[in-house]
Amino acid sequence: MSTVTIPSLPAGRTLRLGASRIVAEVRTYFRQGDSVFFTFLFPLVMLTIFSTAFSNQSFGTDAAGDDVSAAAYYLPGMLAAGLLLSGLQNLAVDIANERSDGTLKRLAGTPLPVVSYFIGKIGQVLVTGAAQAALLLLVAGVVFGVALPTEPAKWVTFAWVFVLGVTTSAVLGIALSRVPRTGKSATAVVIPIVLVLQFISGVYLSFSQLPDWLQNIASVFPLKWMAQGMRYVFLPENFESAEPGGLWNLTGVALATGIWFVVGLVVCRVTFRWIRKDS
Amino acid sequence: MTPPDPAVSVRDLRKNYGKFAALDGVTFDIYRGETFALLGPNGAGKSTTIEILEGYRDRTSGEASVLGVDPGKGSLDWKAQLGIVLQSTGESGAVTVREQLSHFAGFYPNPRDVDQVIAAVGLESKASTLIRKLSGGQCRRVDVALGIIGTPTLLFLDEPTTGFDPESRRQFWQLITSLKHEGTTILLTTHYLDEAAHLGDRAGIIAGGKLIDIGTIDAIGGADARVPLVRWVDRGVSREQRTAEPSTLVAQLVRENGGRELDSLEVVRPSLEDIYLRLVAAYESDAPTSSANELAQEAAK
Repeated sequence: MSTVTIPSLPAGRTLRLGASRIVAEVRTYFRQGDSVFFTFLFPLVMLTIFSTAFSNQSFGTDAAGDDVSAAAYYLPGMLAAGLLLSGLQNLAVDIANERSDGTLKRLAGTPLPVVSYFIGKIGQVLVTGAAQAALLLLVAGVVFGVALPTEPAKWVTFAWVFVLGVTTSAVLGIALSRVPRTGKSATAVVIPIVLVLQFISGVYLSFSQLPDWLQNIASVFPLKWMAQGMRYVFLPENFESAEPGGLWNLTGVALATGIWFVVGLVVCRVTFRWIRKDS
Repeated sequence: MTPPDPAVSVRDLRKNYGKFAALDGVTFDIYRGETFALLGPNGAGKSTTIEILEGYRDRTSGEASVLGVDPGKGSLDWKAQLGIVLQSTGESGAVTVREQLSHFAGFYPNPRDVDQVIAAVGLESKASTLIRKLSGGQCRRVDVALGIIGTPTLLFLDEPTTGFDPESRRQFWQLITSLKHEGTTILLTTHYLDEAAHLGDRAGIIAGGKLIDIGTIDAIGGADARVPLVRWVDRGVSREQRTAEPSTLVAQLVRENGGRELDSLEVVRPSLEDIYLRLVAAYESDAPTSSANELAQEAAK
């Protein structure tokens, strides 16, 4: 039909544009006051409240017989909550808003690959999630005097639980962003899911004190496993007996989170559209 | 000599929303290097047409080709050749004008210079301002800048100057004129008929989902619609007469007036706006259901 050929774009631009998206996404994230407060600082605020409110209570003793402080006890849960907030809550709300306000429509009209856009979002979550975790650890260590692990092996576990957890949470956020019809309804759809998960997964309430049936429900979702991985890293080894089955079960952490990662990735690839056509 | 390969080609384009036909068999071509103005009342189908050509909407039936490609199946290579200025945008705008343009420039293989584009849309003094702090007209200029940053072969402008003050509109016209000189093909929709007359080479008028007329700016509506109008005031009564020979009529009137000057004499050649309004009014009186259709289309949106 046409005699004019359209020139091909150079190869390798998907990754280069992905990197450029990460820079743009991180910049935008920190310029939006609501995202900074409700996703970035929220776990820190909760850690501060719990550590202060329960400062006189004992949460058990370690092998040497020393008391475990409230801050030490709540730190792993808040780190896990940070993974969920930085990934799932942040992206589900953010992308639903971008779909609503025309950001995605504008990007859809440019030669930006969808994969570069995904790289930008997941990269934003990795960067902001890492900064959030670093801030939590810093405040816990310096302000609340929590003794952080010294064994390198624990930090290796922390690294993989963090990376796997935050990327899983990010792809699930992208997948969930399809659900709200408008940007305005996004928080109403997303916040209850995030809140309920936090309550049943051992973030605010001690997981071992939940009834078995609730523990079983929570075990279907990834947050319970992320929190468990973080408890392994930051709680004394004798706390293992309080875990389900009396085991840290790191294999379970990797498997359950990994399955959710794959499921989320497939859902993203199949369902993601720049715009709702003909709406 | 074969006619030049059109940049845009549309044949019997139809778009239904349920039972309502938003586009009811539209056919036209836009030649390479030409500026084509698509005019019509709100809800006539302009934006539906332009969004089908941009790849945002699926057509119900008919053929569409944009730079030789079916816009429903456009690749990234194809998108790299387009510049799109959408009708409305409402992004959060937590980036500065220069940041946004530099970022988007990176998407394209052959982008324009960011500072030159900022200057071309007259935002030099706002280059480091967050987009959310700009006025409506200034945001619109950012939209235009983003539309041209990739050096498009084909530029879509959907009501680009809404919210512009007269000075910015003139400046925008200059910008578009320079793009035309570079050979950019442009599809423009606008409610400002002077803008269409100033920028367009050809125009199509769309009403009720149908193309009711198409032609060069100085020929659309046909010769009859361009017959000049002579207006004068005769003993306090306004008079007007349409004639192809206005000088003869004026001479005759002066003679009848005993050689005295006529009061408030005007000889008016119909502007594009006059011709447009007459065509649309004629269409609507022929199609009494059209306003009901418009309501149905608004509802469908």
